Amino acid sequence: MPSITREEVAHLARLARIELTDDELDHLAPQLDQIITWVGQVSQVAADDIPPTSHALPLTNVMRADENVPCLTPEQALSGAPAAEEQRFRVPRILEED
Amino acid sequence: MSDLIRKTAAELAELMTSGQASSVEITQAHLDRIAAVDADVHAFLHIDTEGALAQAAAVDTRRAAGEELAPLAGVPLALKDVLTQEGIPTTAGSKILEGWKPPYDSTMVKRLKAAGIVILGKTNMDEFAMGSSTENSAYGTTHNPWDLGRIPGGSGGGSSAALAAYEAPLAIGTDTGGSIRQPGAFTGTVGVKPTYGGTSRYGLIALASSLDTPGPCARTTLDAALLHEAIAGYDPMDSTSIDQPVPAVVAAARNGDVAGLRVGVVKELGGEGYQPGVEARFHEAVELLTKLGAEVVEVSCPHFQYALPAYYLILPSEASSNLAKFDAMRYGLRVGDDGTNSAEKVMNLTREAGFGAEVKRRIMLGTHALSSGYYDAYYGQAQKVRTLIARDFENAYHQVDVLVSPATPTTAFAIGDRIDDPIAMYKNDLCTIPSNLAGNAAASFPCGLADEDNMPVGFHVMAPVLRDDLCYTVGAALESALAEQWGGVLMTKAPELEVTR
Repeated sequence: MPSITREEVAHLARLARIELTDDELDHLAPQLDQIITWVGQVSQVAADDIPPTSHALPLTNVMRADENVPCLTPEQALSGAPAAEEQRFRVPRILEED
Repeated sequence: MSDLIRKTAAELAELMTSGQASSVEITQAHLDRIAAVDADVHAFLHIDTEGALAQAAAVDTRRAAGEELAPLAGVPLALKDVLTQEGIPTTAGSKILEGWKPPYDSTMVKRLKAAGIVILGKTNMDEFAMGSSTENSAYGTTHNPWDLGRIPGGSGGGSSAALAAYEAPLAIGTDTGGSIRQPGAFTGTVGVKPTYGGTSRYGLIALASSLDTPGPCARTTLDAALLHEAIAGYDPMDSTSIDQPVPAVVAAARNGDVAGLRVGVVKELGGEGYQPGVEARFHEAVELLTKLGAEVVEVSCPHFQYALPAYYLILPSEASSNLAKFDAMRYGLRVGDDGTNSAEKVMNLTREAGFGAEVKRRIMLGTHALSSGYYDAYYGQAQKVRTLIARDFENAYHQVDVLVSPATPTTAFAIGDRIDDPIAMYKNDLCTIPSNLAGNAAASFPCGLADEDNMPVGFHVMAPVLRDDLCYTVGAALESALAEQWGGVLMTKAPELEVTR
């Protein structure tokens, strides 16, 4: 039995906001199945009492003084925008039609 | 061919301080070299001729005015295309960022500019640094200057190939799982992954934030150390930056004395799956270190065998989150914005068109590993394995000062060989990944050519956190002993590239 089905891969693509083609799904599903089976080896390690590490070095919160510092101008911030209007990012409509 | 391109960065700096060459001459020589060979090598995605020459002229002017300049002022460098440089196209090897010009400099670029280092251009890489061959670049594969039919390694194949093709004496890479060290090994050059947090990630387009580490690439150990000192150190713009002095890497590279140094050969990083020629050169190098006075023992790191699968859960998980920002709204590609499609549809179409196959694979793998019901079994368990790997290192460093292994199980393979076999491709990074998971310093140094294919082999040194200097100590010792045997560093054995201009 595969560790992941074609339908599950299609679902992941929707979650990841990628409009995969059928051909890509055909190609990706067996590859992901193979990779997931392989990475699943980590479950062989007895690690019940082992604390997880999210970061190699100890992390401490970093604060800075609450002072104004130079930042991007609106022109700079918008310089890479696919579309801009009235000093704002112009985006496609965000609500679906009924 | 101009002599200048064969010089090390240290030699070029000396030529400039003694007035025998100007930065403009040196920069022009490298631009000419790029024009002559890069059609075959394809190390560069963007060449900033005008900007580089202007930077060089500014250094020459300051020098003429008697200003005190940093050690590498006026020396040219190739920059991996994953670091932002204001006004210069920055793509991370992806179609989704084609044509994007960042409005700000990364800390890396700020420091390079402050040191007077001349940035020639941006180098090719696997898309978003996902890959070990540059074959995942959306802009074509880089070719290994030692054999143009082979890959140069990855993800920083462009940076290392630029060094091996004498297009630049210095380069910057970024190492998340081996992307500095593996291309270094494959191209007969030096590649150093500093301690995580030793170099700033600000302005580095993130792959996996808990692993990404920018670092120096060069043809010699001393050049890498000089560059390391120029770019490392605390940066308040990076919340994981280490607020401690930079290890004395230049002093270590100049000294190179391994007498009494305790060296541990990692038992688990060898044997089955390792190319005989790689193992032969590695063991000879270990013997050489013994002759130079190092105390060599074998050390076991039993959990290293799980480093690769753990990494391929942690990395895709972090990457799938980091790459969510490519949403077609604020910068980069936008596809399907026809007035009827919704923002979400446009986002889906853009990510479909803008991301390559490997990026999609890893985003979906990460999405899966983080999804409810699987989190504990995959991501949670991988984080525990990460703890066990860090403990393996800790235990080892009770017995020895540094650990060593081959940098890669094989030499550079042929273009196309592993492109559709993700797991075979991932296994390239078997030796390099543990140090990313544990955050310690590690480096690859050339140690000869494999008998089977005459391709370079890398010697991998792993030093404890903030002991980056120990990597350079070993690298320098090995380099000078081998250069004595060979009558020059390994790169002097590289075949001449055909000049196509």
